Amino acid sequence: MYSEKVMEHFRNPQNVGEIENPDGIGEVGNPVCGDMMTFHVKVEDNILTDVKFKTFGCGAAIAVSSMVSEMAKGKTIEQALKITNADVAKELGGLPPQKLHCSNLGADALHAAIRNYLEKQKGAK
Amino acid sequence: MPENYFDHAAACPLMPEAFEAMKPFLTDRFGNPHSIHSFGTEPVKALEQAREQIARFINAPTTSIVFTASASESNNLALKGLARAREKEGRHIVISAIEHQSVLKSAHALERLGFEVTEVKVDEHGIVHPKELEKAIRPDTILVSVQHASNEIGTIQPLAELAQLSHQHTALIHSDGTAATGRIPVDVTRLGVDSYAFSAQSFYGPKGAAALYLKTGTRPVPLIEGGVQEKGYRAGTEDIPSIVGMGKAAEVTRSRLAEWSAKMGRLSKRLLTELPRKIDQIVLTGHPEQRLPGHVSLCVEFIEGEAMLLSLDDQGIAAASGSACTARTLKASHVLLAIGLLHAVAQSSLVLTMGKDTTDEDIDHFLAELPPIVDRLRAMSPLYAKFKKGEDPYEARERSFKGGH
Repeated sequence: MYSEKVMEHFRNPQNVGEIENPDGIGEVGNPVCGDMMTFHVKVEDNILTDVKFKTFGCGAAIAVSSMVSEMAKGKTIEQALKITNADVAKELGGLPPQKLHCSNLGADALHAAIRNYLEKQKGAK
Repeated sequence: MPENYFDHAAACPLMPEAFEAMKPFLTDRFGNPHSIHSFGTEPVKALEQAREQIARFINAPTTSIVFTASASESNNLALKGLARAREKEGRHIVISAIEHQSVLKSAHALERLGFEVTEVKVDEHGIVHPKELEKAIRPDTILVSVQHASNEIGTIQPLAELAQLSHQHTALIHSDGTAATGRIPVDVTRLGVDSYAFSAQSFYGPKGAAALYLKTGTRPVPLIEGGVQEKGYRAGTEDIPSIVGMGKAAEVTRSRLAEWSAKMGRLSKRLLTELPRKIDQIVLTGHPEQRLPGHVSLCVEFIEGEAMLLSLDDQGIAAASGSACTARTLKASHVLLAIGLLHAVAQSSLVLTMGKDTTDEDIDHFLAELPPIVDRLRAMSPLYAKFKKGEDPYEARERSFKGGH
């Protein structure tokens, strides 16, 4: 059902966990299928130096989280905000049609964490 | 090929005796049972012998068996056929809230034709209480449908009592016996139901062979018309090889069921006792006693079912789940929601169904492999992190449900 790439990330997900004193936290849930993702980001000089996630969800949700965290790490805020669902699905070698919404969730969670950081920045100024 | 197969509710392997019985009808005995010439002789004999074997399996008269191609078809024929046959007497149907989709969808289809459908609630163990059924029955109720047992949570219904009650109110009662046949002895005469659906793959027969028992005098309007086969209840040349396989499987299962059932019961009891000792925060679903032997259903909180299934499969273990992520519809099992579970808990469902060949070694392997899988997935779970911090893990989810995409 899943591509090898998806299974690889499901079996050995990268960047699982939480960041102590994160600069931004994003938490999203999908009301349809019931998955939930939490992303933590660390930002230095406008660059995502660390990204960690925790996910309650299916194989695709876990693989998507892992892939999104990999893709975002080392990117600038602007670049990371441009990561789309389609990019994530493509990097994973495709997802079954009924699982495409999982990739939406991954990008959403990352963007939510970045927005949370940007809002905090605004508040600090 | 997994070494440990715990998904007999999805499909049982074909028993060798059934396979052997089928072979001649897949090759030289290909004739149409309705032919006048001699090619029809063996097939028609085989068809009637299978009918007898299957009738005996559920303690019914031979003439009461109609062959179909799946239990889903049998459920469709019973629901739609019996409702249409009685529509002049009333247009109200009662079904339980935990019926199989083939019953639910048939009932919804009837609603679009002007019938009214009431769903009876179940308790937290999935039992349809007679007093709840009584509340749902109206003077114009013509048909009641309650499954014999649940594939998803293993609960066995007090069917004889529900049948008696339905009859007191002049309603017919249909029952889906897919999960019960092959696990517990079935006696439709004692149960008192008017129709009963079941399929061969529940008792090691081939896929594509199933039956609908119709009590004498129960006459549904056919779904498939255009032939005299099956007394007009189901047109189309009978699938003789599959039906022969079903007959043989019924005969063998009938003679061995007491032994198989006892063994499966012992093995499922082992899991039900040992799992809660090995893993914390699990919820055993279904009725603690009134349940199918060889059936274990549980929710492993804070982790999702499909992730568990993929991980188990990597260790050679095949299991099932009622989680939304495992369903093509992406909806959590209506059965798990009907027994009152939160969406998040229903997401963590795991269903194990044993068979006649399941061994203690299979159980040992499962008991050794599941805990590390649970630990790995919980280490990734934001819900488990909240639980560990002493926060309410589900409160955040309720919030997220309201948000949505």
